[in-house]
Amino acid sequence: MKNSRIKSSQWRWPLGVGLFILIILLVPLVGGLFWQYLIANVLLLSLFALSFNVLFGMAGYLSFGQGAFYAVGAYVTGLLMLAKLPLLVSILLGFVAAGVLALILGFFCVRHTQVYFALLTLAFGMMVHAIVWKWSSVTGGDDGLIGIPRGSLGVPGVISVQLEPFTNYYYFLVIVTLFAIYFLYRIHISPFGLVLRGIRENSGRVDFAGVAARKYILIAFIIAGLFAGLAGALMAPLEKTVGPAVAHWTKSGEPVFAALIGGPFVFSGPILGALIYIGLKEFIVRLTQYWLLIFGIVLLTIVLSFRGGILGFIQEQIQKKRSMY
Amino acid sequence: MLNTILYLVLVGIAEGMFLWLVAAGLSLTFGVLRVLNFAHGSLFMLGAYVAFSLVKISGGNFWIALAIAPLVLAIVGMGMEVFFFRRIYDLDMSFQLLLTFSFVLMLEDIVKFVWGPLYQTSPIPPALTGTASILGVSFPHYYFFILVVGSAVGLGLWLFIERTKWGKVVQATASDREMSSAVGVKVPQLYTGVFMLGAWLAGLGGILSVPIRSLSPGLGEYVIIEAFVVTVIGGLGSLKGAFIGALLIGIFHTFGVMYLPVFELAIAYITMAIVLIIRPWGIFGVREA
Repeated sequence: MKNSRIKSSQWRWPLGVGLFILIILLVPLVGGLFWQYLIANVLLLSLFALSFNVLFGMAGYLSFGQGAFYAVGAYVTGLLMLAKLPLLVSILLGFVAAGVLALILGFFCVRHTQVYFALLTLAFGMMVHAIVWKWSSVTGGDDGLIGIPRGSLGVPGVISVQLEPFTNYYYFLVIVTLFAIYFLYRIHISPFGLVLRGIRENSGRVDFAGVAARKYILIAFIIAGLFAGLAGALMAPLEKTVGPAVAHWTKSGEPVFAALIGGPFVFSGPILGALIYIGLKEFIVRLTQYWLLIFGIVLLTIVLSFRGGILGFIQEQIQKKRSMY
Repeated sequence: MLNTILYLVLVGIAEGMFLWLVAAGLSLTFGVLRVLNFAHGSLFMLGAYVAFSLVKISGGNFWIALAIAPLVLAIVGMGMEVFFFRRIYDLDMSFQLLLTFSFVLMLEDIVKFVWGPLYQTSPIPPALTGTASILGVSFPHYYFFILVVGSAVGLGLWLFIERTKWGKVVQATASDREMSSAVGVKVPQLYTGVFMLGAWLAGLGGILSVPIRSLSPGLGEYVIIEAFVVTVIGGLGSLKGAFIGALLIGIFHTFGVMYLPVFELAIAYITMAIVLIIRPWGIFGVREA
């Protein structure tokens, strides 16, 4: 009896993930551009929030400046695409640029914990925003970059797929994002992820165990920066425009929201959170212009009563039920 | 040249005084309650809007607004502390920050709902228009007024904390909450009081900014980030630090606008980053074990 229960729960996850991927891949066949655009945004925010959660959910470091890396990924990719570089090269360089910035800023940020870490990331994030906004000769200032092409993909001389049509780009984005999410999942279940959770619980003990906590946090910071950058890099050709708003601290707040709503302590929490965040925003914006108020109330409720987010809450209920038997 | 520099220093100090009023409340709240209040800038904004309406209702009487608006904010602060903040003192710092952040979002929309999304302006009160000249540099009366109020608040806070019995109690509670509770201090009431004082200061800053700044619902975010920078430079929880930090950033800011316009926005953040790297606990802060 017990064995069969374990088996069924072993089945459930791959089934759920498979279904999730199938739905995403089928969206263009059933839904119009609107749904594709919406799902693309959910995937990008999922990636962004999962990368943020490497720091927050795993290691317990709240960053309020992830928008900086997202913006660097987006701007570098946008600029390179405008300079007619191939898409994959542009995205790769956007990804790397965000990682380099994370290495530099992370070097300073990880020396601090708690409130100082949050403030320092906020300050660096706003610094990047200020630079992006004012350095108009490169970034286009307030207007940002406009008319970013999507380019094409393929082996030169053999095959080439135009990504200008939305659906083609959608599939490209889906594939890249899913691979990235899988990579983050591998990190989550790796010994490295375990050390990060150890740091969250008690960083002093981790240090005493002979593991340099700060080095681990720096690596986590770089991973978070890289994948935030990737989300930004994929966003630039999707939107075809990049403005300074992507570096603003409200952008940095989005992954915070997504992770908290879904549940920061479960791997798939930020994905569910991203789905709810974007769905809710799309829905509320239609009803009222006061969506910040609604989000404020949601956040307030989560912090006061459901700090594990939705998945954390469900997990808790299941555990309660199990312990009753 | 010298005249320009003198003028810039004076404007910088006046600008610093604003930052000081906001940062003082932020720092005081953090020093005693150990909660960094993201919504402090939103209280400033709310104070400005309440004052704006009071000036309008009273037929242009700035002084009535000056007296009432900060009190309104103190009451709002009381509600926030008693109903919400009180429940999160034992939580992880991240969740405390997020709770205060939820108030930033809500207050922005509440302001938008009540006063509309457009920019609002209100004139300088008639008694304070005009300029005075110091060493051949003409300088608006209103800035002098701000200098006086800012200094008076600084002096008042200093006297309160260093020279009164209540100030000692506040200090004692800030350094050891359990101990001061054990000797009979009503800690919850004290927390409410300190939070109200912080909100009062935010409201005061808000009303003073009404005549020279245009109001918009995004003001809270702008103000809080600057105030963060100031308190971090001076040292979280240190009033002296907040004062010096505010003046420093005010002066840097005005010089930045004049001589390094491209970096004007970045200067404050760079200064903060440098301080955090060299002296993470701030210029006047106390290193925590």
